[in-house]
Amino acid sequence: MEIDKVPQDEGITEGITREVQYAVDENGKYVKIFSKGWEPKNIVNELAWDDIHDNMNDANEKILAGKASPIMYFMAKNQMNVALLAEYVELPKWRVKRHLKPRGFKKLKQDQLSSYAKVLGISVEELLNYKPTN
Amino acid sequence: MKLDFEHIPAGHCENGVISSLLKYHGLNLSEAMIFGIGSGYFFAYMPFVKVNGIPLASFRPVPGMIFARAAKRLGIKMKKQSFRQQPKKAMDELDKILEKRLPVGVQAGVFHLSYFPPAYRFHFNAHNMTVYGKEGDTYFISDPVMEYPTTLTYEELKKVRFAKGPLSPNGKMYYPISIPNEIDIKSAIYKGMKQTADWMLTIPVPLFGVKGIRYLSKRIRKWPDKLGSKKAAAYLAQMVRMLEEIGTGGAGFRFIYAAFLQEVSEIMQDQRYFELSKEMTKIGDKWRTFSSLAAKTCKGRSSDPDGYNTVANLMLEIADDEEKFFIELKKLLK
Repeated sequence: MEIDKVPQDEGITEGITREVQYAVDENGKYVKIFSKGWEPKNIVNELAWDDIHDNMNDANEKILAGKASPIMYFMAKNQMNVALLAEYVELPKWRVKRHLKPRGFKKLKQDQLSSYAKVLGISVEELLNYKPTN
Repeated sequence: MKLDFEHIPAGHCENGVISSLLKYHGLNLSEAMIFGIGSGYFFAYMPFVKVNGIPLASFRPVPGMIFARAAKRLGIKMKKQSFRQQPKKAMDELDKILEKRLPVGVQAGVFHLSYFPPAYRFHFNAHNMTVYGKEGDTYFISDPVMEYPTTLTYEELKKVRFAKGPLSPNGKMYYPISIPNEIDIKSAIYKGMKQTADWMLTIPVPLFGVKGIRYLSKRIRKWPDKLGSKKAAAYLAQMVRMLEEIGTGGAGFRFIYAAFLQEVSEIMQDQRYFELSKEMTKIGDKWRTFSSLAAKTCKGRSSDPDGYNTVANLMLEIADDEEKFFIELKKLLK
């Protein structure tokens, strides 16, 4: 790729940074050039985020149907699965699975709630009072 | 205390950190040189390793390997430490080394990295950065994929050094402890190129090297039918991300390798490497075309097999090009 063809499509870098791209200059020599981004990258990144949002919506539907606890929504929001969440809260997976159900969630003690809240980046109040809006 | 450390933005974090750590100690080797000597160029399709539930297609060997090979071939000794479940000790030890006026490379998870653009933040744990000073609660950070140096608080740095999940860093940190006065750079370059050519051409498993590209090309044709439109698009999108997202220098490291070959041509005083660099640029350009076409196919989440067949055909062409390239390179190494 030549330096004048290095794309500058603003997107996922959000003006926060620019990425290094290797390209050849007019003498055919490789140089490092900054790029704001490239449309195909923006597209596939967006696609990955769409999937995360789908998971959040699925969680909300389950919560509304009384089949899941708020933890499921925040787990999806934090791009976690049961295995990863269990590692972060330092509990076995089967216990986390229980806490994903409304019944198991109600039995959580204060220190467990704060452990979940901390890992999920919210306050205990936010976790307890979460109501899906759709 | 802030060390006089030069922040050098790089295409790839691992090589970028090593290159700038060595520069601090007076050894000038570019990111591309470290990448080439460490045999960073590769292709692997590993359906049994899943990232976000999607089989892994990788354009480089496993994290840490490029760096280990490069250090070995250059005769550089690195001190490496990990701290399983001991975050406080990991931070204390980092402070101790910084006080000796040595910049330190650390492995980090990306998800909690506060200075990253939010769209970059996924649970990927094999990111690397250099810590080059501390004042009060603030650590000075040189992250090669960022345009400018940045900072993290004590708590933030501790958190990313102890990210959980696959490839968790466990507080891993490293820094050079001995660099030889005389380096046989030509020999290191030969070893690096030889291994890359061998790995691309001769691994007797169809998932690696040019065989791997051909194998994946066959699989891609079946994706829309086998997986449905949504999942097929997610699979293809992940490939584009492996080729382009944070830290490949473009086209799945192919352009970095072309830059390496130009440096080789100067060191060896051999124009033939410069000519090969041009071939590698063409291969990189084709991978860019692949990404561009693949993104278009993903965008509409269409299950039309035409889009998938088009990129699969292009992959076969690239596999042939890469095969021819490494056969030519091998001839020069005799």
